[in-house]
Amino acid sequence: MPRRHPEEAAFPLRARFPSRPRPPSRARPPRHSGLPFSGLLSRTRLPLYARIAWYGFRRHSAYRTAALAGAFTNTVFGILRAHVLIALWEARPGLAGYDVADAVTFCFLSQAFIGPMQLFGGGLQLAERVRGGDVAVDLARPASLQAWNLADDLGRAAYLLLLRSVPPTLVGAALFGIVFPTEPAAWVFFTVSFVLGVVVSFGWRYLVALSSFWIVDDRGTQSLSLVLMMFFSGMVLPLNLFPGWLGTLAQSLPWAAMVQIPADVYLGKRDALEAFALQALWAAALLVLGALATRAARRKVVVQGG
Amino acid sequence: MIEVDRAGRSFTVGRGRSRRTVHAVQDLSFTVEAGEFVGYLGPNGAGKSTTIKMLTGILAPTSGRIEVAGLDPLRRRTDLTRRIGVVFGQRTTLWWDLPLKDSFELVRHLYKVDRNDFRRRLDELADLLDLSGFLHTPVRQLSLGQRMRGDITAALLHDPAVLVLDEPTIGLDVVSKAAMRAFLGRLNAERGTTVLLTTHDLGDIEKLCRRVMLIHHGRLGFDGTLDDLRALAPGEDSIEDVVTHLYTAPPAER
Ligand SMILES: Nc1ncnc2c1ncn2[C@@H]1O[C@H](COP(=O)(O)OP(=O)(O)OP(=O)(O)O)[C@@H](O)[C@H]1O
Ligand SMILES: [Mg+2]
Repeated sequence: MPRRHPEEAAFPLRARFPSRPRPPSRARPPRHSGLPFSGLLSRTRLPLYARIAWYGFRRHSAYRTAALAGAFTNTVFGILRAHVLIALWEARPGLAGYDVADAVTFCFLSQAFIGPMQLFGGGLQLAERVRGGDVAVDLARPASLQAWNLADDLGRAAYLLLLRSVPPTLVGAALFGIVFPTEPAAWVFFTVSFVLGVVVSFGWRYLVALSSFWIVDDRGTQSLSLVLMMFFSGMVLPLNLFPGWLGTLAQSLPWAAMVQIPADVYLGKRDALEAFALQALWAAALLVLGALATRAARRKVVVQGG
Repeated sequence: MIEVDRAGRSFTVGRGRSRRTVHAVQDLSFTVEAGEFVGYLGPNGAGKSTTIKMLTGILAPTSGRIEVAGLDPLRRRTDLTRRIGVVFGQRTTLWWDLPLKDSFELVRHLYKVDRNDFRRRLDELADLLDLSGFLHTPVRQLSLGQRMRGDITAALLHDPAVLVLDEPTIGLDVVSKAAMRAFLGRLNAERGTTVLLTTHDLGDIEKLCRRVMLIHHGRLGFDGTLDDLRALAPGEDSIEDVVTHLYTAPPAER
C-alpha cells in the first residue's frame, strides 16, 4: 500500500500547480521613483489608495464602542467648556470678534474636530509598527509608505467624523443653539477647509510617528506634539484670544490649520481662499517633509526586531 | 536568481562609552539559481533576518553588493517587490480587523494582478492551503496556523519567481507544519518557484532543502548539500546533533 504522507491528510491537496510559464523576461522600463510624490500622484494607483482609505474606515468601525465612548466624552467636555466660554463672553461681549453664539459654536466645533483631526495625537499605527519592527512588512510593499498611511488616515478621519463629530455637534445645537451656516457655499468652503485640516494633521502626525525611526522612545516627541497640537490649534482657547505677535504667529503655524482656520471658515470669520492657501501650504510642506524623511528612513535606518 | 557578493551589515548600538558596532552580517557571498530550494540556517542572532531584510530591500547593506531577480533590491525596490514574495513568520501583512479575503483583494490592486489571474490563483491557493473555511473571517480571529497560511497566500498571489521565508513554520503544530512543508515542496517542484527558507526547525530542512547554508556570527560557515553537512560531523547521528555540533564549534572561517 502506498504510504500516505501525514501532510496529505491535513490539507486535501487536490489542485496542482500549473507549471510556471517561463518568464518572458519581465523587464519594464525603469520607473522613476525618485520624486517624493510619485506614489501620490500616479493616477493608476488611485483605486489602490481609495481602497486603503475604505479599509481604514472599516478597520476603525471594528472599534465602534471606543469611538462612541470618545464621542460621549467629547460631548460632555463640550458642555463644560461651553459654560466657561459663555461666562467669559458674557463678561466681555465681542471678545476676539466672536459673539456668545460664535464662541459656543467654536467650542462644539473644536470638540467635534478632536476625533477626525486626532488632536490628542496618534491615530497612525506607524509609530508602534516602527518600534515593534512590523514596519518591515510595510516597507516590503510596492507602495509609498506615506501615501498608504495618508489613505488609511483619511478613512479613519471619515469614520470618526461620523461617530465622534456628529454627536457633540447635535447635542451642542440642541442645548445651546449653535450657529449653522445657511448658504450652501459656506458648507462647501467648510468641507474643503476641514479636509485640508485633516491632511495637515496627518502630515504632522506622520512626521511625529516617523521620528521613532530615529528616537526609539517616542514618549517625548508624542507629548511635545500633544502640547503643540492642543495649544496652537485653538483647541484650548481660540487663537484670536492670544495677544499681539503670539496671536499672529499662532494663526500662521500649521496647527492653526487643524481647528482655528476651519472653525473660522465655518463661522464666516475668515476669507476662505486665504484660509485654503495657508492650509494647502502647510499640507504641502508637511507632506514633502514627510516624503523626504521617509526616504531618509529607508536609507539609513534600522528596522527593529528579528 | 539571488546573488550576494561580500555583503555586510553592521549596526551601531548603545551610546556614549558603551557605543559599539555589531556586525550582523559580514562578508557574505552566495548565489542561488532559479528553481533552487535553499535552507538558511543559523543560531539566534546569526544574521538570518538581517540577510533577508537586505535581500528584500528593506535594509541597506553597509558593504558589498546584492542582486535579486536581476535587480538591486534597494534602488529597484518597487520593481523587485513584483518579482519576489516575502513572508516574515512573526509578522503579518494582513489587515488585522478585516476579513482575510479583503487583504487578498488589496494585494491584487497593490501588485496590479489581472482580475482573472487573481481569481484563478486564489482558488488554487485556497484549495492547496485549505483556506476556504476562513476566507471571510477577520484576521484577528484566525489561529496562528491559519494566519500563516493567509500570509503565504498573500505573498504568492502575484506569482513571484522567488519566495523568501523567514521562519514560516514558527509556532505551527506538527500537522500544520507538515502541510506547510508539503505545500512549499510542491510550489518549488511543480511551479519552479525559487525558495529561500529560514527556519529553526531542522525537519523543514530535511524535508525540503537540497541545499543548506549555515551562517554563524554573520559569516557563512557552510554551503552545500544536506549530505555534505552530515559529513562535517561524522560522529553525530541525527541532523540536529550535526547542527548543534556545528553551532557550538563553528567550522573554520572561510
Ligand atoms: N535593529 C538592530 N539594531 C541593532 N542590532 C541589531 C538590529 N537588528 C539585528 N541586530 C543584531 O544583528 C544580529 C543578527 O540579527 P538577526 O535578527 O539577523 O538574527 P537572526 O539570525 O534572524 O536570529 P533569530 O534566529 O533569533 O531570528 C544580532 O546580533 C542582533 O543583535
Ligand atoms: Mg530572525
